[in-house]
Amino acid sequence: MNRIKQKLQEDKKILSIYFTAGYPSLNDTVKIIQDLEKSGVDLIEIGLPFSDPLADGPTIQASSTAALKNGMTTSLLFEQLKNIRKTVSIPLILMGYFNPVLQYGVEAFCQKCEEIGIDGLILPDLPLDVYQEEYEPIFKKHGLINVFLITPQTSDTRIKAIDDASEGFIYMVSSASTTGTKEGFGPEQAAYFERIAAMNLKNPQIVGFGISNTQTFQQATAQTKGAIIGSAFIKHLTQNGVDGISGFVGQIR
Amino acid sequence: MSYHADERGYYGEFGGAFIPEMLYPNCEELRQNYLQIMAEPSFQEEFHQLLKDYVGRPTPLYYAERLSKKYNTKIYLKREDLCHTGAHKVNNTIGQILMAKRLGKHRIIAETGAGQHGVATATVCALMGIECVVYMGEIDIARQAPNVARMKMLGAEVRPATSGSKTLKDATNEAIRDWINNPVDTHYIIGSVVGPHPYPDMVARFQSVISEEIKSQLFEKEGRENPDFVVACVGGGSNAAGAFYHFLDTPEVGIIAVEAAGKGIHSGESAATSALGKVGIIHGSKTLLMQTPDGQITEPYSISAGLDYPGVGPLHAHLYTSGRGEFISITDDEAMKAGLDLCKLEGIIPAIESSHALAIFKDRKFNEDDVVVVNLSGRGDKDLQNYIDYFKL
Repeated sequence: MNRIKQKLQEDKKILSIYFTAGYPSLNDTVKIIQDLEKSGVDLIEIGLPFSDPLADGPTIQASSTAALKNGMTTSLLFEQLKNIRKTVSIPLILMGYFNPVLQYGVEAFCQKCEEIGIDGLILPDLPLDVYQEEYEPIFKKHGLINVFLITPQTSDTRIKAIDDASEGFIYMVSSASTTGTKEGFGPEQAAYFERIAAMNLKNPQIVGFGISNTQTFQQATAQTKGAIIGSAFIKHLTQNGVDGISGFVGQIR
Repeated sequence: MSYHADERGYYGEFGGAFIPEMLYPNCEELRQNYLQIMAEPSFQEEFHQLLKDYVGRPTPLYYAERLSKKYNTKIYLKREDLCHTGAHKVNNTIGQILMAKRLGKHRIIAETGAGQHGVATATVCALMGIECVVYMGEIDIARQAPNVARMKMLGAEVRPATSGSKTLKDATNEAIRDWINNPVDTHYIIGSVVGPHPYPDMVARFQSVISEEIKSQLFEKEGRENPDFVVACVGGGSNAAGAFYHFLDTPEVGIIAVEAAGKGIHSGESAATSALGKVGIIHGSKTLLMQTPDGQITEPYSISAGLDYPGVGPLHAHLYTSGRGEFISITDDEAMKAGLDLCKLEGIIPAIESSHALAIFKDRKFNEDDVVVVNLSGRGDKDLQNYIDYFKL
């Protein structure tokens, strides 16, 4: 069974951490993954850096630019990860923009993911209809779960369509924003969390954007399966390098 | 076969809307409404009234006699350089500001490279009394000071884009990020036939007034609506889309798109997207773009700030790969010489972008009785410093 699906069956709130591959240093990827697993994180999103990350705020943009400057490429990331399953068993998701995947070749990319032991992909700018028409069979053939996003502006009809197309979890973007732009939650999020909970979707939801500490983690997971921390962890890496990852995770829950 | 967008915004394999979910409601609202709004008689009336009384349309179709004599063919210039604000850009911003009003939007954002689209957007926002924020790369702000001042005088806020390469593509990223953060009250006025569906089609429709006028004006002068060739420069490709629009599905009209070769196609400093680009995704559109083998978008170069976009509109990508369009690339040097040539022969100082289109006549030969319409997309006032530096004037 796919590691993501297995993890989602556990009776616990999921803590997922995002980091940009190749940041802060080019070869930190494996150590960060190992330390996150040791620290009790449930899911890891490995960011494939892109020159033009449209949906990201300044923190993740800067990490992406730095990672590219350090020399990170798709092939190099696959090379770094080729033995990762010898040391970790945590579910791994690659997250990035569609263009680098397209250039690598979607089939070749998915094939490589399967060889390494990647469990899913998040490609925010690969739209639902294009995925279904062109790529779904390829993802499935290689055992990859494709994760879709919803936002407070997503209509109920579309959320149902996304729920139907999903088979792991739904990435619930907490507010209309780029990553790391807004901190914490207000009445708008409360109403949104209520609305989604009332829809009784078949897929569990994991909340991203705006989560940086215990309080926001608890708020985000009160009615959902889990939460994702991205920008706050990148800031931690910027300040501390790869030291003290367990301390960072420990203060979340 | 049609070369126009299909209902999903595809031109052959190019186009579509490759956008994160955060942008989906914004684009969807526009997609569901743009054709209907544009078809409303009150919209058409207001649009054409403003184009006539405010922009100064129709722009003349001018027979360039001395230029024609030099190249032994019949050259007409479509004088978009005479539009208010100095270029064709304003055709689109007039259309989009009316669209924004009908969609109930209270705030406008735009991206700009050299500042021409920013000025055209700030202009229509002043005209309508709507808040305007223009994103501009930090590097471009430094090198285009007069246009920054113009936008400020027109009441717009100019926000520096400090990410990535700090130029047009990054200004576009910042505008898109702003739209993600302000999905309800804001309309994004994209300046070219780029971006996610429905932008390429909507902008092409607003610019199509150019070829609409060419047809009737040519009929007056030559007794026929269709020229043998239409020539336009292509960065993102909005002036070209407008000049080609009504001829796209008329195969007897040759379409010539002129790209900026910069210091030479293979010099590493070029913006010739058709020659150097590969299929990919930029700013929500599947098209040809300049990128590394790893899929990172690269920074183009041209002496003309209006042509240095790393992609090209999906319409043009389709014209190129289908063979419908003839693509020619022109270096900085060729363009600058052709610009000066037009000054001396016709008394018109062209924008450096437009000079690229004029530069094809040196090598691309036409028959003596061919009617060739060149879209003179903008005037050269904004480029004076470049001309001064280049020719040591």
